[in-house]
Amino acid sequence: MEYKISNRLRIGAFILMILGAIGVASGFYSSHEVNEGNITEYLANEHHGHGDAHATESHGESHGESASHGEDSHSNDAHGGMTEHEEHALHQIHNRPYSALYVAAFFFFMIALGVLAFYAIQYAAQAGWSPVLFRIMEGITSYVLPGGLIVLAIAFVADSHLFIWLKEGMTVEGHENYDKLVAGKASWLNKPWFFIRGLIFLGGWSLYRYFSRKFSIAQDNANDNRNFKKNFRISAAFLVFYIYTESMMSWDWIMSVDPHWFSTLFGWYVFASMFVSGITVIAMVTIYLKSKGLLEFVNDSHIHDLAKFMFGISIFWTYLWFSQFMLIWYSNIPEEVTYFVTRIEDYKLPFFGMLAMNFIFPLLLLMNSDYKRINWFVIMTGIVILCGHYIDVFNMIMPATVGERWFIGVPEISSILLFGGLFLFIVFTALGKAPLLAKRNPFMKESEHFHY
Amino acid sequence: MEASKVIHAIYTDDDVLMSAVKKVKAERHHIEEIYTPFPVHGLDKAMGLAPTRIAITSFMYGCVGLTVAIVMMNFIMIKDWPQDIGGKPSFSYLENMPAFVPIMFELTVFFAAHLMVITFYLRSRMWPFKKAENPDPRTTDDHFLMEIAVHNNESELTSLLKDTGAVEINIVDKDEDAH
Repeated sequence: MEYKISNRLRIGAFILMILGAIGVASGFYSSHEVNEGNITEYLANEHHGHGDAHATESHGESHGESASHGEDSHSNDAHGGMTEHEEHALHQIHNRPYSALYVAAFFFFMIALGVLAFYAIQYAAQAGWSPVLFRIMEGITSYVLPGGLIVLAIAFVADSHLFIWLKEGMTVEGHENYDKLVAGKASWLNKPWFFIRGLIFLGGWSLYRYFSRKFSIAQDNANDNRNFKKNFRISAAFLVFYIYTESMMSWDWIMSVDPHWFSTLFGWYVFASMFVSGITVIAMVTIYLKSKGLLEFVNDSHIHDLAKFMFGISIFWTYLWFSQFMLIWYSNIPEEVTYFVTRIEDYKLPFFGMLAMNFIFPLLLLMNSDYKRINWFVIMTGIVILCGHYIDVFNMIMPATVGERWFIGVPEISSILLFGGLFLFIVFTALGKAPLLAKRNPFMKESEHFHY
Repeated sequence: MEASKVIHAIYTDDDVLMSAVKKVKAERHHIEEIYTPFPVHGLDKAMGLAPTRIAITSFMYGCVGLTVAIVMMNFIMIKDWPQDIGGKPSFSYLENMPAFVPIMFELTVFFAAHLMVITFYLRSRMWPFKKAENPDPRTTDDHFLMEIAVHNNESELTSLLKDTGAVEINIVDKDEDAH
């Protein structure tokens, strides 16, 4: 039951990280090849070079918009020799590697955070089936702190590349960048307060993770259930803290990339996304370790339960996605609906494709009770769900930063490799630090004999 | 049916019943029926009953419900009289679909649930004025009853059932009309 990260896995993780780092660097390099001097030429080439399909398909609509926008406010007056359109395009091109990095970093971070919430719920609910999986969850949550710090660091470095409200002069009346709506939100959306908040959230989550892990390990060699009771209490307290901070985190880290837009459902929506990805990763890591023969105490019924959660929370995610979309689509208030207009116009495939991946696919594949017990079936569905939720995060961030200039190319894939490698390395190293079966948990016997 | 006699073995504990079922199965006797006051977990497995297919019927009923919802609203809202109601796009089904989803969902659930329940009633032959098929009223309270058909092996069966812990063994003439 002792696990040590295998050399193959460690080397694999490092290869992923190195490949990713190279790709990310090349993404930054190639995006900065386009600059104020050659943007005109670049855009001209893009139109002629890429042919009609591209020009009409993705640029048709947005051109109309930006052209009229240009006439209204700035016509063609130059910004350091660039037209309004050129400046806009240049920003999008420069934002892309930052956004790609941010999306991937947040995606892996949210997996760990989702697992942490799931873990706390298992303790608080005194679940009888899951204690055999506690060490796996603890291993995955070891990514919360480093992952969260990375997200904050990227936000700090990317600055206005991601968060338009950090742009110079947004809140200064009379400045050319002045934006009344952003200025009105400046008491919440300002740089120091953003990072203080971020660190408070992360601090709270990591403290819970630190202590629950500590008590869980201490329980292994204890003579009584004191540690378990402590864990129960801090889990309940953590869940209260978590649901508030997770909601605020989603406003800060994700919704604020579109500072003109707001949705009350957003916190829940992001939560559902992280929760289902987290549960999926628990199932996948469990199946992996079981396939190595390390988890004899995990049986098909545990996998079945995890798959049920994957199924149920996938539908929950869809419910929230649809509730948010349909409410805004139905009332069609201009200030809200632009959010979906840009997504449907420029992101048609990812926007609706993720619905197929996150809803229809798990719905049909995991509905059958027998399929939920078949390991390769769970893994296959899990891969689709994870890809779907990556695209979900992609759809939340990218339209605000790169607009119609999106592509899942070198910067995006390399960022996934980079953080995927890091995630694997940290999680599996942490898994090796304690026995895979938590001992002396009062529910352990029940969990070992869990049968559905 | 030529075997008009059945043996009724009565138990007072579900654990005893379970082991009795296993023993009777091991002796290769066919168990006609078991009456219990509450669901005994694992009894169907021990008896070797085939798993239910009611979930599959429910899925199909759900598909029917979804189809009904789509066809109905496509006809009413798009084909028959595509009025402009508050600016909603009634040019094609897809364009106005989000507005129909709540109905599509509810009808799917409605069909899946109700038709499945009706299927259950039909298959288990239950209806309001149905004559109760209870061989012994105590089985609705605290006794368990196992019914085995007798084929000229009365004494053998009786001693087997005695061994399994039956508190009472009756041999009764089966009333064929009870079904």
